[in-house]
Amino acid sequence: MLHISINGESREFSAAMTLAALLDELGLTGKRVAIERNGEIVPKGLHASTQLAEGDALEIVVAVGGG
Amino acid sequence: MNDPLVIAGREYASRLLVGTGKYKDFDETRRAIDASGAQIVTVAVRRVNIGQNANEPSLLDALPMKDFTYLPNTAGCFTADDAVRTLRLARELLDGHDLVKLEVLGDATTLFPNMPETLKAAEVLVKDGFKVMVYCSDDPIQAKMLEEIGCAAVMPLASLIGSGMGILNPWNLKLIIDQAKVPVIVDAGVGTASDAAIAMELGCDGVLMNTAIAKAQDPVRMAGAMKKAVEAGRDAYLAGRMPRKYYEAAPSSPTTGLIGS
Repeated sequence: MLHISINGESREFSAAMTLAALLDELGLTGKRVAIERNGEIVPKGLHASTQLAEGDALEIVVAVGGG
Repeated sequence: MNDPLVIAGREYASRLLVGTGKYKDFDETRRAIDASGAQIVTVAVRRVNIGQNANEPSLLDALPMKDFTYLPNTAGCFTADDAVRTLRLARELLDGHDLVKLEVLGDATTLFPNMPETLKAAEVLVKDGFKVMVYCSDDPIQAKMLEEIGCAAVMPLASLIGSGMGILNPWNLKLIIDQAKVPVIVDAGVGTASDAAIAMELGCDGVLMNTAIAKAQDPVRMAGAMKKAVEAGRDAYLAGRMPRKYYEAAPSSPTTGLIGS
């Protein structure tokens, strides 16, 4: 079991996975997002090689309308 | 380009910058922004809605990055740390794009800037290579400090964000304009076209607005009005207005050759 906090919500996954696999699971593959893992930005180029660890806290953001 | 607005070395034909929030839908957003002629559009950075249909239309579809210069903002940030973190995420999100709008708010009631935190964040961001356009109070001393830190533009408020109260302290804005060596852009407070024209007549380099367009009864029409007001105000500034002559009426028609004289 892998427990990960995504945008402040706790989620449970059955097996180890990479950040890219998680994005796929969330339907975000190919979407323009930026990700912070435990307070550090994970550049797009490293999504596939970043192995998620128990207790990781992720922030996944997008651009939205604003002034 | 004739009389371009130059920000961080790049030229823009339009001196009107617009926000992308508060519209009915993305279609209205796009039509209003097209009518405004704006080339620089502000965007916010927010958590993605997990579980929402990932194929729903997004702002990026309505306003493709190839057609506009995105200006990611830090709206909603109340500390320098949060603002810096938000803009680093924005830079990652937008493929290294480094032109940003910094705003650090002081309280949720007035949305007045917290200037000590704004100065702190500006310093970190400039050192980190960002080109910072900064929302600030209309205090000429702190505007100067932001310029000295290396901000690409200073953006004093004309009145409170979203208030539509217009240009409340033109004299302070004038003090900032007269001393600034970077563009001065009025950010916040514009309510209608005449407000935008007044800002430009004062000598502002540009005007940034969102609510005045998005919350007009007819946003697309107001966007067009703002475009014309900014252009008219700029032209009037460059033309140089006639001096004000109180108590000194002067007829425009000949004073001789009147019938019966």
